[in-house]
Amino acid sequence: MRIALFITCVNDLAYPGTGIAVTRILRRLGHTVDFPTDQTCCGQMHANTGYRAEAMPMVRNYVDVFDEYDAIVAPSGSCTAMIRDQYPRLHPPAAPVAARTYELSELLVDVLGVTDVGAEFPETVTYHPTCHGLRMLRLGDRPLKLLRQVRGIQLVELGDAEECCGFGGTFALKNPDVSTAMLTDKCARVRDTGARVLAAADNSCLAHIGGGLDRHRSGVRAVHYAEILAATGATS
Amino acid sequence: MNRPGVDRSGTGASAAPATGGGRIRTPLPFPTAAAPAVADTQLRANLHRATRTIRGKRARVVDEVPDWEALRDAGAAIKADVQRRLPELLEQFEASATAAGATVHWARDAAEACRIVVELTRAAGADEVVKVKSMATQEIELNEALEAAGIAAYETDLAELIVQLGDDTPSHILVPAIHYNRAQIREIFHRRMPDAPADLSDEPSALAEAARAHLRRRFLSARVAVSGANFAIADTGTLVVVESEGNGRMCLTLPETLISVVGVEKLLPTFTDLEVFLQLLPRSSTGERMNPYTSMWTGVTPGDGPQSVHVVLVDNGRSAVLADPVGRPTLSCIRCSACLNVCPVYERAGGHAYGSVYPGPIGAILSPQLTGVADNASLPYASTLCGACYDVCPVKINIPEILVHLRQQAPHPLAERATMRVLSWVMRSPRRWAAALRLARAGAGPLGAYRERRTGARTLRRLPWPASAWTRSRDLPLPAPQTFREWWDQQ
Repeated sequence: MRIALFITCVNDLAYPGTGIAVTRILRRLGHTVDFPTDQTCCGQMHANTGYRAEAMPMVRNYVDVFDEYDAIVAPSGSCTAMIRDQYPRLHPPAAPVAARTYELSELLVDVLGVTDVGAEFPETVTYHPTCHGLRMLRLGDRPLKLLRQVRGIQLVELGDAEECCGFGGTFALKNPDVSTAMLTDKCARVRDTGARVLAAADNSCLAHIGGGLDRHRSGVRAVHYAEILAATGATS
Repeated sequence: MNRPGVDRSGTGASAAPATGGGRIRTPLPFPTAAAPAVADTQLRANLHRATRTIRGKRARVVDEVPDWEALRDAGAAIKADVQRRLPELLEQFEASATAAGATVHWARDAAEACRIVVELTRAAGADEVVKVKSMATQEIELNEALEAAGIAAYETDLAELIVQLGDDTPSHILVPAIHYNRAQIREIFHRRMPDAPADLSDEPSALAEAARAHLRRRFLSARVAVSGANFAIADTGTLVVVESEGNGRMCLTLPETLISVVGVEKLLPTFTDLEVFLQLLPRSSTGERMNPYTSMWTGVTPGDGPQSVHVVLVDNGRSAVLADPVGRPTLSCIRCSACLNVCPVYERAGGHAYGSVYPGPIGAILSPQLTGVADNASLPYASTLCGACYDVCPVKINIPEILVHLRQQAPHPLAERATMRVLSWVMRSPRRWAAALRLARAGAGPLGAYRERRTGARTLRRLPWPASAWTRSRDLPLPAPQTFREWWDQQ
């Protein structure tokens, strides 16, 4: 199977560790992965802010770049949701490649049939299911299935886990007061757990919640769950 | 006869339908209007407690229905059918209701609807009306129009009464006074209800009893009642009102004249279609298996109930919604308010921030479509697109999809448009994108190293406008010292 990595724009620029983690997990499982360097961005920010015409070149570029692969994996629930849910409506020829695009936990659990990826991460971790992963992709407990198999991990439940953190892409900039109010509540629920690590499937949501946790000097680290699955021993 | 601008061909081929008026516009942009609510800790606590309670109740009673998803599909399918043949069904309703002794009036917009109700009230020789809680009459600002014509309008729904006595506007579709707690309600009654007991406590039962005594006199003296309708049945000409308190039934049966103001989208084809909606509505709205009162009336019954029955069918922008295939399912809304109760934005901003009588996620798509998006341009952005509203909607309105659709039509700020265009130009080209990544990483390099040396974190704490909107409450991560593609190339 030819697996391609779609490393989203936010990950490429600010969170390269997440893409590196995905690469390591898949290689550890014995798969060859490719990173086609002509990829750019899925166009979600443009499409969801009301700039469909400006998003279209990115949609077409995605189809051009990834059409030849059997499976495309993206470590981002919202970018995967953009591709799977919106691409077929925006650009019907994108439907087949969109259907072969998976969020990391879907690829591992559904396509590759793995829940134990051989990871070790001795920390208390709480998991926030981000909105697009939860309600557009219906990831369900796939990420948790993977995390439960991690050696040494202590998973603690997050209160009001399914409530949005208030990021919402450009929402955070257009409605800063409401976004901050939602963030404050989310950070409080995270601190209530006593966990030292907050995991999620979207680095943009994590940048928002992690930025809030840092601002309040909570001592909780926000980490993409791929980096936990890639870990083998003491935390980095 | 004065007909609304419903496009009878169903093709949208006629001239663009008119937009609506009334209380459906945000006087202030949503972020500005939301700011005082976000800062009001009492309001935030009231909203949090109330929405949490209702959504818990809704989830419990929905979970016990094994065919809930099939019911949702059925509700959505019936509504889609109504939208496909609305002109035909409206004419059928008019014929059935007229044959049963009602008089049907058509109102193109809010002003026309108000004028019709004022004229009918005057013709009945009344200078006051009692009202059943109704979103349509709130939408067209009927109380204000009646007052301007020298006619007093008395709300009889408990929560509407609280809001009316408090000189306030409703902030929720189902629970208009959700923004008050019981102490605040006691204070309003004490101040504004002349016949309230002097020692009125803030016990819910005592407050309800005071309102009951107050309203009883109104019901017995009123000669004209004004209602809305939850459903209008085309094949029988029947109107249906679903309520919890029984005040509606008093208004619908005691007065001599009954005037019902009904949005044209409220039609259902047949009486049997009610079966689906009488299951979907109470569970989705109040979290009850069945609502306490369901009143149905078909024209005039000689010697029983109102002898003069009028139906005012209101367009007020609905034809414009109908003409847009993507936005059209908005007209499926049965005003249950489930979307408000699960919306994290509504919970923080409160209903008044939406400006319109329709707050929350449904308001964010309905109001801009009724007025034209340019007149309500901030509302499609009053959502994180988290999708909780779509999950609970009993008629499966894909609110996030319609929000994004309306954002395409919203006028965009110049600076934002320029930024988006530049970004699109960069991101459509792998070569330009790779160069931009190198540039951003190089530019942030020294800054990141500096911050890291001083604070141990590669984040920024304070940035100038417009990035200050981000850094006022969160740190901003800096580009990493090495992008992913640089790491990949090194291998």
